Amino acid sequence: MNEFTTELQLDELPMRHWAVIHAIRPAVVPADRELLLRLTELGFLPGERVRITAEGPGGREPLAVRVGHTTFALRRREASFILVRPHA
Amino acid sequence: MVVDITLPSHIALLGNPNCGKTALFNLLTGSRQKVANYAGVTVERKEGTLHTASGRRVRVLDLPGAYSLNAISNDEAVTRDVVTGRSTELLPDLLVCVVDATNLRLHLRLVLEARRLGIPLLVALNKSDRAEKFGIRIDMERLGSELGVPVVRTVGVSVSGARELLARLDVPVSAAAHCVWHAPDIDAVTHTQQEVHRIYEAVVTEPAVESDPSDHIDRVLMHPWWGLLILTAVLFVIFIAVFSVGDMLAGGIETGFGWLATQVTAHMDEGLLRGLLVEGVIGGVGGVLVFLPQILILFFFILALESSGYLPRAAFLLDRPMSKAGLSGRSFIPLLSSFACAIPGIMATRSITDRHARLTTILIAPLMACSARIPVYTLLVAALFPGEPFTATLIMVGLYALGVASAMAVAWVIQRRRRTTTPLLMELPSYEWPDARSLLIGLWERAMIFLRRVGTIILALTIIMWALYSIPSPRANAEGSAMERSIAGEIGRGLEFVFRPIGFNEHIAIALVPGMAAREVVVSSLGLVYAMEGDADEVGAQLEERISTEWTLATKLSLLLWMVFAPQCISTFVAVKRETGSWKYMWLMGGYLFALAYLASLFTYQLTNALTT
Repeated sequence: MNEFTTELQLDELPMRHWAVIHAIRPAVVPADRELLLRLTELGFLPGERVRITAEGPGGREPLAVRVGHTTFALRRREASFILVRPHA
Repeated sequence: MVVDITLPSHIALLGNPNCGKTALFNLLTGSRQKVANYAGVTVERKEGTLHTASGRRVRVLDLPGAYSLNAISNDEAVTRDVVTGRSTELLPDLLVCVVDATNLRLHLRLVLEARRLGIPLLVALNKSDRAEKFGIRIDMERLGSELGVPVVRTVGVSVSGARELLARLDVPVSAAAHCVWHAPDIDAVTHTQQEVHRIYEAVVTEPAVESDPSDHIDRVLMHPWWGLLILTAVLFVIFIAVFSVGDMLAGGIETGFGWLATQVTAHMDEGLLRGLLVEGVIGGVGGVLVFLPQILILFFFILALESSGYLPRAAFLLDRPMSKAGLSGRSFIPLLSSFACAIPGIMATRSITDRHARLTTILIAPLMACSARIPVYTLLVAALFPGEPFTATLIMVGLYALGVASAMAVAWVIQRRRRTTTPLLMELPSYEWPDARSLLIGLWERAMIFLRRVGTIILALTIIMWALYSIPSPRANAEGSAMERSIAGEIGRGLEFVFRPIGFNEHIAIALVPGMAAREVVVSSLGLVYAMEGDADEVGAQLEERISTEWTLATKLSLLLWMVFAPQCISTFVAVKRETGSWKYMWLMGGYLFALAYLASLFTYQLTNALTT
């Protein structure tokens, strides 16, 4: 398997590496539905390019994630719903 | 078919946070603004009037920034209710959708959502100068035909930036069609996003860039260690500025009021009215007005850092440490504002989406040492360590740190039983230079809020205080000083049994009562107590000297600790009640703060006494 087909959770993506969103994991508990709806509204959609631009001082928590022209601060848990494929 | 068309007379600005909506609103309305609250909530309601190109007056409502009508915060709920006709607000004739031209990909979605509301729309491509600078080209005609609504270019930060918009407001619009709004589900949102993508690809051409200018700045400012170091330095500079520059300006105000008092004393006959004017009005109001520079300097930094995009980064850096106390970085901005005053701090919690985190932030906001505590701290610390400025500074820093540490401890206790972490999901907007006009208008608003308080509650309280000291109690006998014979003296003696164990004499006890309404008044009340009690020679004596000689060390320390924790002021109580919508949280806050204050003072007083005797 080459690197291109490897699927990662966004929180596992190395710093400053571009990746393409492949899918958003569905919510298991109802409380997460609101979160996923908001992520979708903010532009975390399959096909969008993302990368991690900064990591918080507490060991990769939180993460600053660039999508489109916007950077969002996400907790690792929030980022884990986003499945990405890193660029080769 | 008859189509009802009119000129818009009542419009609303709708847009994502960070679209530059407030700068545009300030440009449109200038000083013709009214800031209040929406009915029942402490979300700021900003309305103003503008003059269209033909000179017609139009009312403009600046709606709170919202990413979506699918509201997840109080701010967004207010916006949703206004545009869907669920609130008591009048439905606008025209909705001006403000979008950031440099970030259409994010902002277009709200326009598509707003299109379903049935209200006539107008799209304002804001920050269009920045888009041009970045080489982003937008086909306005195509965008207008794709959306089916008129599109204009605006630049909120330039004097002529609203010309196209003002001209467009003279074009008649059809009446709003009645539509019932339903919250879209995830499939509907995905579908809208596909539409956004299609329109975006059709109308926007932009150079391919690997990273934005903000990314380069972020490499330093958001670096795990450099970032924290710079943040510490920034906070340090803010506090130095508040204390040094603020103190200098405060000195000027003090001198001014001193001069005024001397003039009135010299030109009026001695009597009750002169006493009321000099001691009650000038002394009381002047004693409080001296904090205006400090409050404004703190707000200057907060407003400038917020509009530059730095504050969300600070919140990002502090997210991890704050999550240890069960909060998120989102609580940072409200808590920072609370150093100026807890009320704007409590109001700023409206952007915290998680209800528990929001309530916790509200409950701990009064522990941040607000600027009203500065004079009490300054007075007591100076009296404790006369001629030792270095020690005094250290103690001041310690008092602030104690407030922050206790706040984190209280948050931890409240949140300890919660398993889930609070979500963050916060935009880190591109860096921008703060807009001078918006900065000035923001400061002006803060100044007016404070002055209104000084002119109403605080003036009334100082006059009441003065009266309580001046009017002899009917039960008192002819012996003792004027102070002891007054109604205030009576109340002070009545409260003594509560405050005796923590070392407060009747003077302090009585000064603390009006302090409940406004903390700042404690100093002027103490001034009144001592000025009124002594004979003519002592009236002029410095309060500081009186305190340092007449109070024991234990009493001074005990009062300092009391000021760190004590539940004050009434306005904060009101804000908590209004914000949480329940008396329960208001009493909970008052109760825990009183308990903390009493225990801390009791411990300090008894321990100091045990060690010094």
